[in-house]
Amino acid sequence: MNVMIVGVGGQGTLLASRILGNTVIDLGYDVKVSEVHGMSQRGGSVCTYVKFGEKVYSPIIDEGEADIILAFEVLEAYRALPFLKKGGKMIVNDQKINPMPVITGAATYPENILEKLAAVADVTSLDALALAEKAGSAKAVNVVLLGVLAKNTDIPKEAWLRAVEGTVPPKFLEVNLRAFSLGYELA
Amino acid sequence: MKKLLLGNAAVARGAYEAGVRFVSSYPGTPSTEITEEMAKFPAEEVFVEWAPNEKVAAEAAIGASIGGGRAMSCCKHVGLNVMADPIFTDSYIGVGGGLCFCVADDPGMHSSQNEQDSRHYARAAKIPMLEPADSAECKDFTKLAFSLSEEYDTPFFIRLSTRISHSQSMVELEEREDAPLKDYEKNIPKHVMMPAMAIKRHVVVEERTEKLKAFAESSPLNEIIDNGSDVGVVAAGIAYQYAVEALGDRVNYLKLGMVYPLPDRKLADFAASCKKVYVIEELDPFIESHMRALGLSVIGKEVFTLLGEYTPSMIRAAVFGEEKREHALPEEALPARPPVLCPGCPHRGTFYVLKKLGLTVSGDIGCYTLGAVAPLASVDTTICMGASISAAHGMAKVRGQEFNKKLVSVIGDSTFMHSGITGLSDIVYNKGANTVIILDNSITGMTGHQDNPTTGKTIRGEATKQVDLILLCKALGIQHVSVVDPFDLAAFEKAVKEEVAREEVSVIIAQRPCALLKSVKYTGHCEINDNCRRCKLCMKLGCPAISVDGDGKVHIDTSLCNGCGLCVSVCPFHAIEKKED
Repeated sequence: MNVMIVGVGGQGTLLASRILGNTVIDLGYDVKVSEVHGMSQRGGSVCTYVKFGEKVYSPIIDEGEADIILAFEVLEAYRALPFLKKGGKMIVNDQKINPMPVITGAATYPENILEKLAAVADVTSLDALALAEKAGSAKAVNVVLLGVLAKNTDIPKEAWLRAVEGTVPPKFLEVNLRAFSLGYELA
Repeated sequence: MKKLLLGNAAVARGAYEAGVRFVSSYPGTPSTEITEEMAKFPAEEVFVEWAPNEKVAAEAAIGASIGGGRAMSCCKHVGLNVMADPIFTDSYIGVGGGLCFCVADDPGMHSSQNEQDSRHYARAAKIPMLEPADSAECKDFTKLAFSLSEEYDTPFFIRLSTRISHSQSMVELEEREDAPLKDYEKNIPKHVMMPAMAIKRHVVVEERTEKLKAFAESSPLNEIIDNGSDVGVVAAGIAYQYAVEALGDRVNYLKLGMVYPLPDRKLADFAASCKKVYVIEELDPFIESHMRALGLSVIGKEVFTLLGEYTPSMIRAAVFGEEKREHALPEEALPARPPVLCPGCPHRGTFYVLKKLGLTVSGDIGCYTLGAVAPLASVDTTICMGASISAAHGMAKVRGQEFNKKLVSVIGDSTFMHSGITGLSDIVYNKGANTVIILDNSITGMTGHQDNPTTGKTIRGEATKQVDLILLCKALGIQHVSVVDPFDLAAFEKAVKEEVAREEVSVIIAQRPCALLKSVKYTGHCEINDNCRRCKLCMKLGCPAISVDGDGKVHIDTSLCNGCGLCVSVCPFHAIEKKED
């Protein structure tokens, strides 16, 4: 199974991919998680890959090979579309963050992206930021989205919760568990 | 016990299990986490440090090795250029305790200024190089490199690339080996590299390379996987993983775990066993050129690019002419999302002023390289660590004093300690009159917050002596050193104007900590009020939280704004207010 996590640097995509990675090793799968560090983290497009199965070779996901794309931002979801497998699923946080070329007026933010995505793919969109705030922290957007992802896989809920507990710092655990549940129950 | 580990963490684990006693590095993406992970092991077992630069780091590791302990130094590909001087000679000296130089290349330039292929260094310095293809191999190869280093009396390279360094995969953890400190022996012919000694040591190096070639022929590091095909693929590292994903058991493989020296006979035998042989390697035709020099017929860069990263679909297309998997495309061209300075970044104040004054800005390596991105678009040049100062010196000398009055260098605190001090002494010594701005944000920012000699903390977070930048600059002979907060725009502008006008060398220390540091607490957020006349002056800051809608109305996105307040001081109409949450 190939899961691609996309967003804007600083949104917490890295932690989401690590939690997912820890969830699936717990189930005995071979797994590779590919991360992004350094310059591209500074507010740029970021993309991490989580691949698991009997045996995983390449850590990256090619065009047309992602079973699920978990998108933290609408434009980044659209950018990732070519990577979605035919019949694959997209889970999209409906937050919009203007990239610098849009801010400076050099480009415009495409309109009606969610509708355009829904025309070619199976899309679930949600206001993960509002749910994260409801859980107690805007920073928990990543775990809300993982909750939605969890509901869309066959992986038992307990495995996810164990991985959240094992990955998140103890003082943020309660907020994150709430965030996970809000995402999980929504889907 | 099995654990999911980043390639970098697995290298650290391998070094730990091999009984490494000393690790010294300078941070650089994608290598940084190796040394950070090392610092998580007990201080009684391994001394770990950030050095001011890669040359110092490698020299310290060489000293530790001569002193009898197993030692390691890690860097990114361009860091290896800085490290090159000591290691070319250390190749002649060999080792006491096992010694590894771990270098991480960055194909695709995720976070780098060039795309150099570090394998050339192995051949040039005659230092053997291993290249792991996943985290398990990162650990195993590193461990092996330490024992081979002692067996063959040579330092070893471990070569990584971004996708190996920054991918997590499964690793079996083992106990730390007991690698006792070896006796230190004074050995002038081996350790003092002056001509008479070095001439003799060069003979030893060439003999050693022959022995290592024999090792490469028989070692399981270089493994043939025979799938009964008449098509063969030679690959190492991440390219091997891409090849297997793309081609599966439809081809035979020669997987190279050791990329220098290469096993000539094994390469020839493998080529002879196949009708067609592809060499699949990112960046330069390193293995391919070697095979061609052996007279072997191979297919390489005529079908594979010299540029960027490879993908399995690229390989499938090149070898079997197969199409990419079916996929949908966006209906329109999408705006790019380049990295930007964070909300609250202290460099934003600096570049706003430099842009406003229309100065030529000699830039350097760090987050502040992003000062080249629109709308700030302030930085004119970026070459390598430290070049902001030395390149500005050359520029000023050829263009004269009037040009110099519109020229500044910008360099971060960590980069200044790395390679800025020598450039500054060049300016003082050779009667330059440049203005250098040290962007002191109290941390090494871009690589993810590492301490350096100016921060007062070690890699383990212990308090230590702190380099005083003011005293240091004064000791170099600079009379005019000032400290200004770049968020105090009026004071900063005044300081820059004064110093560039001065016909003497001067240093401005633009001091404000990185907004992402835990110790920095901005609160609240900024809001636009009814005074806004839509002049868009605030847009010149390039803050990701501020944007203009289709009607020309300015908005501040409170989910991005951290309340730093820089925009409040830019607005001439008091139309931006700071609100507490």
